[in-house]
Amino acid sequence: MSNQSEEIKKISVIISRGSLDGVYPGLILSNGARMEGIEANLFFTFFGMDAIIDKRMDNLSISTVGNAAMRLPWGQKMPTLLGILPGMASFATMMMKKEMEKLDVPPVREFLQMIKDAGAGIYACKLAMDMFHLEKKDLWEGVDDILTVGDFYQKSAGGLVLFT
Amino acid sequence: MATMEILGKTIELDADGHLKNAADWNEDIAKVLAQEAGINELTDRHWLVINFMRKEFQEKGDAPSIRRLTKESGVDTKELYQLFPKGPAKLASKIAGLPKPKGCI
Repeated sequence: MSNQSEEIKKISVIISRGSLDGVYPGLILSNGARMEGIEANLFFTFFGMDAIIDKRMDNLSISTVGNAAMRLPWGQKMPTLLGILPGMASFATMMMKKEMEKLDVPPVREFLQMIKDAGAGIYACKLAMDMFHLEKKDLWEGVDDILTVGDFYQKSAGGLVLFT
Repeated sequence: MATMEILGKTIELDADGHLKNAADWNEDIAKVLAQEAGINELTDRHWLVINFMRKEFQEKGDAPSIRRLTKESGVDTKELYQLFPKGPAKLASKIAGLPKPKGCI
């Protein structure tokens, strides 16, 4: 048994990127936290906003351009130049979605609903809202609130902050 | 080796504090484990989750993901967390006498 005081009680996960591989780690960390009984809040900012914009959240994709770790299906490293070819991003996205479905990882919208139902807070960044000219009605209905940086620190008090 | 006295029997525990041998489990032990975790009474809904997890574990060798659990047991995510407030992965599997789930979802 670990020492009680060493246990993580609360986390705040910031999701700042809008690609599929940019969004999922934060979702998995948050859901995993709730499964362990850890309090969790999610904050979406900058391009991470795409994951909570109602019209975009079902169409996130992987970026094949400038991704040095990209591999071809048979395991060979993909020359980064190939990433610009038409259809490459959608092919890579399709492959990843297929693999995730096998592992029972839900699509973004379903995953967010699951995390919300598990009791986590879902928040949008005020600055990103203004910068991208977004309004509350553009967001997924499950978003709890729009927060400033100051609000964020208040909500995060007493917990770990994870930036993804 | 960690052990625990439950109902007059000494039972071995694994590193996570879950039962080491699934064969040691019975419904009375589940009730004691639940009480230790702050759940005073196991309702029919708790049992639905516990029995579903045990069945899945016997068939597949690991506890179901939350997604499968909620889709197939008839207990939705909100209710699942009401039943096991300290987390279904941590609590429900422990009360069910199973090792901690290996999956991340």
